[in-house]
Amino acid sequence: MPIAVRARFFAAYRDLLGASEVEVELPSGASVADLVARLRERGHPFSVLPEEPAVAVNRTYATLGETLGPGDEVAFIPPVAGG
Amino acid sequence: MMGVHAAITHEPIDTGAVLARVGGEEDGAAVLFVGVVRNHAEGRAVSGMRYDAYEEMAEGVLGEIAAEAAALVGNDRVAVIHRVGELAIGDVSVAVAVSSPHRAQAYEASRHVIEEIKRRVPIWKKERFVDGETRWVDGTVPPVPSTSERGR
Repeated sequence: MPIAVRARFFAAYRDLLGASEVEVELPSGASVADLVARLRERGHPFSVLPEEPAVAVNRTYATLGETLGPGDEVAFIPPVAGG
Repeated sequence: MMGVHAAITHEPIDTGAVLARVGGEEDGAAVLFVGVVRNHAEGRAVSGMRYDAYEEMAEGVLGEIAAEAAALVGNDRVAVIHRVGELAIGDVSVAVAVSSPHRAQAYEASRHVIEEIKRRVPIWKKERFVDGETRWVDGTVPPVPSTSERGR
């Protein structure tokens, strides 16, 4: 069974992509790295995403190896600059 | 005493109100740190700054940081608030208040909060230069957990 996840983009990534979020269908058992690869394969503008971005899954920083589940929210986090 | 407080706001920050969240009869020191939008960056004149956040996550990470500061200071008298949206020169972007019986702990905890905000809270800022150009401020790659820390 494929799963659908929600990819969200912020700040510079959102500007570069011209989108704040997209829904992506992935095979069951897919990882964050698989999601990144699937997006980059779409070509411009998604190919501007780094191969190894910082990400948060369901609002917690996560590794690229983390396995995704249905409905997960994966945020692409550009370098942060609060303060 | 209100306990540890951490929030993201779209409204102007009342620094006096943040300071008023901490303090008590046992405290001999209260430290208030205020981050302010300045009028220059790398030699160029800046007219303002836009702060964006992944708000649903940023408030949680701010809360974690405030809790760490509370552990450092040994009490729950820690308050932090970060503003997002369009800010002008002189506007307060962030305020951190900590109180403790002695100043060393309050300074240490206050410093921890602002340094960790810059290191790991999902907030970004875009400088608006006087000539009209805008640019996302270079940030810090946030620390991600090692694989062993997470997983389903």
